[in-house]
Amino acid sequence: MGQHILVVFPHPDDETFGCGGTLALFAKSGIPITYICGTLGQMGRNMGNPFFANRETLSKIREAELEKACKAIGIQHLIKLGLRDKTIEFEDPEPIVNRIEQILREVQPSLVLTHYPGYAVHPDHNALGELTIKAVSRLSTQDRPTIYAHAFARNCQDVIGPPDIVNDISAVADVKCAAILAHRSQSQVMFPRDNKTEVNEPTKNAYSHMLQRESFWTYRCF
Amino acid sequence: MHPIDRSIVQPALDRFLNREVYLHLETTNGAYAAHRQESKMTVGAYIRNGRISFIRGTITGEGPYRVGLKMQDGWVYAEGLTDFDLGQEGKLLLAGHDEEGRLAVALELSMEPFEL
Repeated sequence: MGQHILVVFPHPDDETFGCGGTLALFAKSGIPITYICGTLGQMGRNMGNPFFANRETLSKIREAELEKACKAIGIQHLIKLGLRDKTIEFEDPEPIVNRIEQILREVQPSLVLTHYPGYAVHPDHNALGELTIKAVSRLSTQDRPTIYAHAFARNCQDVIGPPDIVNDISAVADVKCAAILAHRSQSQVMFPRDNKTEVNEPTKNAYSHMLQRESFWTYRCF
Repeated sequence: MHPIDRSIVQPALDRFLNREVYLHLETTNGAYAAHRQESKMTVGAYIRNGRISFIRGTITGEGPYRVGLKMQDGWVYAEGLTDFDLGQEGKLLLAGHDEEGRLAVALELSMEPFEL
């Protein structure tokens, strides 16, 4: 079985901020990547100053940003699940698990990247992470891919311990940066323009850290 | 969107009077408000494609603005509205944004269902 990465996240930009560098490294070494993106981030709140979006146009803008970021990272296959932002935890789980299971059987990934259920802050992250792990658990033990779970809840390390995978992504910092900038609707507020020096200082630190390392927890399914 | 001008928004509201219309009403302080410790709680609520009919609809305030829609059996209310958009046929979009363009409240009316 050749290597193939399957990424499952709910929002356009989840693939970039949490693991864009890791994915770029895989892509550079020629490993194919399939990304299942759950929603179009319809309920995002950054409309820009000056405005570049409103509630009704945001999904189209974020969809275009998603495609641009995937290109930057080197994600060749993008599957949009067509769910709605902030609603995944309320959906009937069965059809979603079935869909992910079907994709798992087609793609036969060696590695799955998703959110760590319970420790990924946004209810959509926790819900889709859980559904993904449920789908992986349906495969026979020998067919199951490794799961890298992404967690970032405050104090999550107190409960789940330190991450066992810490990737140095500095070699592809420029790629991750390009992907972050592709998600303009999400990055503009985080990285304000240079004239706001005071605001800029702490965000600069957050920014540089994000371009150096990415961390994951190998998830054991039962 | 553009800064609210009551002389444009009031007649726009009136065009939806006494008709079965679709409502999007939302308020949020951001999905990461508590995580980023910007607030003790993450709070938000939305209704999308609620079907309502109102007999009186008014925009008030000097900015940010408030809108109240009086229905036969109740009310729809929003405050903190700063901007409007009439660019899409049959739709009135109203929203309240902070200085960085982050949406905090939205009240939208449409003759047709909003996209899901």
